Amino acid sequence: MAKKEYSFYPGCSSERKASASNYMVSVEAMCKTLDVKLNEIPDWNCCGASIGYAEGGELPRHIMNARNIALSESNNPGQDIVATCAACWLGTKETQERVAHSGELLADINSILGAAGLKYEGRQPVRHMFEVLIEDLGYDALKQPVVKPLEGVKIAGYVGCQTNRPFGVAGESFENPKYLDKLTEIMGAEPVEKYDQKVTCCGGALAFSEPEKSQAQIKKIIESAYDFGADMIVTPCPVCQMNTEVYQGQINKKYGTKFNIPVVYYSQLMTVAYGGTAKEAGLDGNIIRATKLEEIAAKK
Amino acid sequence: MSNLNTAMVERYRNDFLKEVEANVEMGDWVKMCMQCGVCSGSCPLGPYWEHPPQELFMMIRAGKRDEVLKSEAMWMCTSCYNCIVRCPRELPITHIMHGLASYAHRLGLAPKMNPTRRFSVIFWRNIAKTGRVNEMELSLRLYFMDGFVKGVKKGIEMAGVGLGMLRTGRLNPFGLFAHKGCKGKQDIQKMLKHAHEIEAKRKQFA
Repeated sequence: MAKKEYSFYPGCSSERKASASNYMVSVEAMCKTLDVKLNEIPDWNCCGASIGYAEGGELPRHIMNARNIALSESNNPGQDIVATCAACWLGTKETQERVAHSGELLADINSILGAAGLKYEGRQPVRHMFEVLIEDLGYDALKQPVVKPLEGVKIAGYVGCQTNRPFGVAGESFENPKYLDKLTEIMGAEPVEKYDQKVTCCGGALAFSEPEKSQAQIKKIIESAYDFGADMIVTPCPVCQMNTEVYQGQINKKYGTKFNIPVVYYSQLMTVAYGGTAKEAGLDGNIIRATKLEEIAAKK
Repeated sequence: MSNLNTAMVERYRNDFLKEVEANVEMGDWVKMCMQCGVCSGSCPLGPYWEHPPQELFMMIRAGKRDEVLKSEAMWMCTSCYNCIVRCPRELPITHIMHGLASYAHRLGLAPKMNPTRRFSVIFWRNIAKTGRVNEMELSLRLYFMDGFVKGVKKGIEMAGVGLGMLRTGRLNPFGLFAHKGCKGKQDIQKMLKHAHEIEAKRKQFA
């Protein structure tokens, strides 16, 4: 397989000792197997996330993303920008789209970036890792390295919001995207086809500010996975992962439920199926251990 | 009432729609709403909105300035983008809700104690300082935003979550001091200051 290279925007939650550090560990292992080279954008900054809107305003928010794009263009020229975090992808792509439609915004951005010796052109496509997997590599290439099919593991594919809306993956529907289930199936596991909360909002940043309202959402997402017999939930989004995993204890206390279901990243499934160790798959980063995956990873 | 608010009231008199079009992100889309209500029915936190989006759009047209800008409604937006992809008129509703909230905050009309408004401020200041999120500082500031006693109580409530994150290496116990952020943090601070100035000038906030 020919080596593919991308300009990589990992995002704040993927930093060492940050909330999605285990996502990053598994992405590295997955990309190594697939011969995908990720060139990190030097000194990248936060995308502003969605929640920064009130204090940040418009132009400052776009400046955060424009700086990343400019740094990418000067350091990793000619490469597509790839993000693993839904919010990073959305923020960057949104800024690029806005600038493309406004000469005034482009001029403002370049006058601000210019003072720091940077220039924005906005020519590199901004893509999600999932697009790279499906569009550039394709399902066949993703299946090829599977040495330990995840047999007998039933998985609810929780796509969430920002990986899916407003941009999403080309050719997939907003209401019932199939790519996560398809990937799960290719890894030899059994996707829970009937799982009906795959694009339900977990509350996002409001899990911090409106915990009760968000936890009511999270409860629905987890309950449905149990209802349809899932052993675990898989997601592509760091916020979805955290919200659906770490609040299970609090939800149990409030609602008298007995939730204890692991929530993993697609890259963790892939790393295990590709023969990686539990450590390479970042499984030690899951608070609710994905024992079924750990067992498969431990098999010779 | 802030000076900016007084200035805006005088400038636009009774034309609140015009004020929204000129000052709110994507505000020029408001008049396109045909009141179908798909946005309100699609919102995950729909039942909690004081006025659902389509109602806000009509209130803007009816000139209900105070009722809209002082409302808790748009602070319920989780940024899930369900309304955007379902709106038959393709209004960028999520962005309009963010824009309304941000404008109300800027004018000093937004509800002071609204938790999402306060979290947004904490979050933005966190990233503007070093260019990257410092998760430990972010959590502590959030827990202690109502003072020490409530902070300790919240800390105990959240201890299980925090310990889980620490145990699995997903929270840096020394994050308050050890988190370095971007090398170019001073550049970033300058850029943000510059951006705020340009935006204020363009929107005649200054």
